[in-house]
Amino acid sequence: MSAQEMAIATGAGPARWSRVVIYGLLIVFALFYLTPLFVMLSTSFKTLDEIRAGNIIQLPAHPTADAWGKAWGSACIGVTCEGIRGYFWNSIKMVVPAVLISTVLGALNGYVLTKWRFPGHKIVFGMMLFACFIPFQSVLIPMARVLGALGLSNSTAGLVLVHVIYGLGFTTLFFRNYYDTFPTELIQSAQMDGAGFFTIFRRILLPSSAPIIVVTVIYQFTNIWNDFLFGVSFSSGDNSPMTVALNNLVSSSTGVKEYNVDMAAAVIAALPTLIVYVVAGRYFMRGLMAGAIKG
Amino acid sequence: MAFIEIDNLERTIGGNKILKGIDIELEKGGFLVLVGPSGCGKSTLLSAIAGLQQPTGGDIRIDGDSVVNLHPSKRDIAMVFQSYALYPNMTVGENIAFPLEMAGTPKESRAQAVGGVAKTLQIEHLLDRKPGQLSGGQRQRVAMARALVRKPRLFLFDEPLSNLDAKLRVEVRAEIKRLHQNTHATIIYVTHDQIEAMTLATKIVVMKDGIIQQAGTPAQIYNTPANMFVADFMGSPAMNMLPGTVTADGLGVALAAGNFTVPLASPLAPGRKITLGLRSEAIGPEKSEFGIAMDLPVEIVEPTGSDLYLWLRLGSALVSARFPATFEQKPGAVQPVWLDLTRAVVFDTESTARIG
Repeated sequence: MSAQEMAIATGAGPARWSRVVIYGLLIVFALFYLTPLFVMLSTSFKTLDEIRAGNIIQLPAHPTADAWGKAWGSACIGVTCEGIRGYFWNSIKMVVPAVLISTVLGALNGYVLTKWRFPGHKIVFGMMLFACFIPFQSVLIPMARVLGALGLSNSTAGLVLVHVIYGLGFTTLFFRNYYDTFPTELIQSAQMDGAGFFTIFRRILLPSSAPIIVVTVIYQFTNIWNDFLFGVSFSSGDNSPMTVALNNLVSSSTGVKEYNVDMAAAVIAALPTLIVYVVAGRYFMRGLMAGAIKG
Repeated sequence: MAFIEIDNLERTIGGNKILKGIDIELEKGGFLVLVGPSGCGKSTLLSAIAGLQQPTGGDIRIDGDSVVNLHPSKRDIAMVFQSYALYPNMTVGENIAFPLEMAGTPKESRAQAVGGVAKTLQIEHLLDRKPGQLSGGQRQRVAMARALVRKPRLFLFDEPLSNLDAKLRVEVRAEIKRLHQNTHATIIYVTHDQIEAMTLATKIVVMKDGIIQQAGTPAQIYNTPANMFVADFMGSPAMNMLPGTVTADGLGVALAAGNFTVPLASPLAPGRKITLGLRSEAIGPEKSEFGIAMDLPVEIVEPTGSDLYLWLRLGSALVSARFPATFEQKPGAVQPVWLDLTRAVVFDTESTARIG
């Protein structure tokens, strides 16, 4: 054992000071990153008068959930005054099918690209990978034309389609790298046992895919939920997703600016992704690591 | 007509010929071992029989019918993979039942078949475990059970023992042999281990560079190897190879290793370059009707427990000789030995083929 290791083991001397510095820095950065969230939450529980009079970092003197109720049910967005409730459900209706479809298709693509290789599979994968690097802005106009031609303009189904197509590059990449290390002998064995293409996928491959499914679902969920550009481009009015509605709420110019309502609505908009991270976050790290090492 | 007939089978991958016209016949109930160094094409051949890789030429017939264009599952062949390929998410019982489930066997008869096979292989107590909880030997047994349960007409084994430790390997080897004796199954088995080949096979096929070097019974392969490659590859220690030139009278061979002349059993053309092959058991203390006595210095003494191998200096060559385990000898001493030339194999040095 070297002198330094001894010092760490006994918790004395320079090692203790480096500990203090490390934890000190970590706490400072944690506070730094948590401040906006704190301000949002505390502001959302204040009354408008208190916001105008008080300090931004001060805790609410008379906490009230009025702003939350208003944001959810009666705030005015554009010309309607029914809160963000409807838009929240719009987002749910968009996110759930888009995440599920893009994940399943990504898994199928990964399966084919690793276990049922065909001539030119590398080129196909390369092109799908390329899809990850296309900037959103460059596809807006062609996409609008396609949606129009399909009769899906300004509909949730249209947004689902856009997000599935755009997400496919990423989900395929995730699953391909994961399945690349999946033993091919298992597939061959199942083939000899008489299992077909989909039976192998469902019975052999999918049950072993939990880590990468979690990664893909979290990634897709956050991306699609937080998307603003596609939402604002391909939907309008009552069909808008949450992010667009939030923007409209904040930028509505009638009357006074209700910061507490804006903050409450913003927290509501961020809540689903937060929940997903809290629930599945550790699987996310594990899955990412697995992919990183194996891929 | 043989049960398994492989006819001029070829396989080319990216311009490289991996299999260069393979012809194999195997009787029903036979145990064929494909053996050769890595990269000789033996695993490719097995994949072609299984249907996992399509051959580029030739035909494979089982029981008279060509199977080349059949899907792997339609060939009625079961395979035990090197990595065992157990499905990690299923229990042992589900693993064994999987081929039956895919074949649409009703649940009750499935359970019955699994129970029967599990009993044969003594893995009944493992049926509810996952493959991850099993030891290497247990996994091996489960993989065999999964192959057995279908009662296929042909079993394929792809280096099934190479992931086991030495002791377990001998145990499982004996188990496979017993399985073959009890079930009279037809088996094709791939290995790079020549001892596995010798102990298990009723027929050995030695391959090198996609070409069959020799096919025959273990005794034929061991005692009359078709060429110098087979002689060197099969048997441990390897056959002693002594190159030399046939003498002017055609009745002896002057060894290149030094100033030694060894008589030949049958005369050859004077001046011909030949190589004399002698197994270590053909060099020893006991005299035979035809041979030559020599006094050779001992360099290395190798006791194996059952035998004692002496490595003797013969000019520039080093030859191995087998002695009884009770024999005592020290390095540096001179050991009188008898070269039993009735068991000598003569190869043409240039073509490497056996000529006598």
